[in-house]
Amino acid sequence: MSTEETKPVVKAEAKELPAFEKSIADTLEKKFGSKTTIEFVKPTRIRVKVSKENVLEVAKFIRDELHFDHAESVSGVDYPSQKEIEVVYHLGSYTDPELAKQVLTLATRAPREENPNPGNDSTRLPSLREIFYSVEFHERECFEMLGVFFEGHPDNRRLLLPEDWADLPPLRRDFKIKGR
Amino acid sequence: MTTQLPPGLEIEKLDERIMTLNVGPQHPGSGHMRLIVKVDGDYIVSCDPDPGYVHRGEEKMAEYRNYITNIPHLERPVIHDSCNILYPYCLGVEEILGLEVPERAKYLRVIASELNRCVYTQYWLAIYGIFLGHSTMFMWPAGDRELLIDALEKMTGARVTHAYFVPGGIRNDVPANFEDMLLRRVDYFEKRIKEYAAIFYDNPILISRTRDAGILSREDAIRLGTTGSTLRASGVDFDVRTKEPYDVYEELDVKVNTLKAGDSYARSKIPWLDMLDSCNIIRQAVQKMPKSGSVRVKLKPNPKGGNTEVYKRVESGRGSLGCYIISDSKPEPYRVKMSVGSFRNLICIPYLLKGEKLGNMPAVYWSLNYWPVEADR
Repeated sequence: MSTEETKPVVKAEAKELPAFEKSIADTLEKKFGSKTTIEFVKPTRIRVKVSKENVLEVAKFIRDELHFDHAESVSGVDYPSQKEIEVVYHLGSYTDPELAKQVLTLATRAPREENPNPGNDSTRLPSLREIFYSVEFHERECFEMLGVFFEGHPDNRRLLLPEDWADLPPLRRDFKIKGR
Repeated sequence: MTTQLPPGLEIEKLDERIMTLNVGPQHPGSGHMRLIVKVDGDYIVSCDPDPGYVHRGEEKMAEYRNYITNIPHLERPVIHDSCNILYPYCLGVEEILGLEVPERAKYLRVIASELNRCVYTQYWLAIYGIFLGHSTMFMWPAGDRELLIDALEKMTGARVTHAYFVPGGIRNDVPANFEDMLLRRVDYFEKRIKEYAAIFYDNPILISRTRDAGILSREDAIRLGTTGSTLRASGVDFDVRTKEPYDVYEELDVKVNTLKAGDSYARSKIPWLDMLDSCNIIRQAVQKMPKSGSVRVKLKPNPKGGNTEVYKRVESGRGSLGCYIISDSKPEPYRVKMSVGSFRNLICIPYLLKGEKLGNMPAVYWSLNYWPVEADR
């Protein structure tokens, strides 16, 4: 009987990115180069960051060439330390069966004002409503909750908040729930 | 701080012929929301939905509580479907915290969420029935759903607000002999809902009221980004349970029901077909489920993840339900966004009601499987 201990084989961590997702990310990178930043590629999820000047162009390419056809969700995220508000579009596809399980995350950022005046300050982004019709109500919600005005949106009105709401947009980090 | 009205709130001048009607928020035909309907005679010229009467700020509240204390309040938007609304949140938190759910818990989750889908759909069907003037269709589903509510009560301990799913599994195991009791109930439930066809779905009065009312074409269903029964009634074969299977749906045989018509009748039929399918899924899950084993992993107090973000989605009673969670290495999430099916289908209301007769409004509105409380969050 051998006294040597069998050592466990240490498996190298799978560093390879999923191929299909990688190919989508590569197509974007090839087309736009430094205009877009691929932030991560995970199985079924890709995140692309783009400046607000280029967001329309990139979104149009995503719709026409990559065949993502609708927005599942539009979320606004406030980053006070970076003085920016990020708007995150989660895009999906019904028409292309290959893309059914993929969700492409398109993120863009608007400058953040210390004393916001929604609709009349510099917190503005181009609306994607002409490209993805389905963002209409999501962008309205984002406007009232974070004060991001969407230029080119036909209907930048309040949606869920009361009409006479005169406080900060409530999903900004500096709006505090009373008593917490 | 600002007191100035945002753009788009100016008072507009109307034509002499056009009359503005406020349907809701107290009107029973609208749920907890207001529809500002402009009519020319009997025809709707435009419809402007005004949700927000039951907005509770769930997403803001989630920023103040840790991953575990968020559970009971996040299910409140749809208490009838509380397992499904917690599902993507739990899947997301599990990815953030790196938890592996025990096999038995995965099956019990599927059973609970399918039971919840039936309970929700029965409630919706009862409302749909009564607003089309069919009061038997209110009584039957409202009574039959008690069967499954009782089963869920034995399973979770609460009738509707279960708070059953927790990151890492489920809160507690089911009692002894639960499977037999469940299968008996599901068999009887299936027999009962098959009887709805004769009284409701094959009823010429229902057909004449809903057929060809509010037609949504396949192209428009895709363009508007609709989801769930609204989408599948327009002929798009999309169900998260088959397209991006979560937990053990990959091992179960899930049938995706689609219809081509895209009218209110098709939209009202899809959830009923889904209920029949849910009964099959429950039977399969009970059969394949491991008969014993742990049902949750032990968590540390105040668990926290790294700097990461996840977007998880499941198929709820009203369609795809997404949850976007951003973690910044603190016990509380930095941001939780719920992308709910009702909110995504809201865009159909102005689109479908335009040009429709005012009398068709309840038939079209409720066929969208829209739940105002969920849309407002």
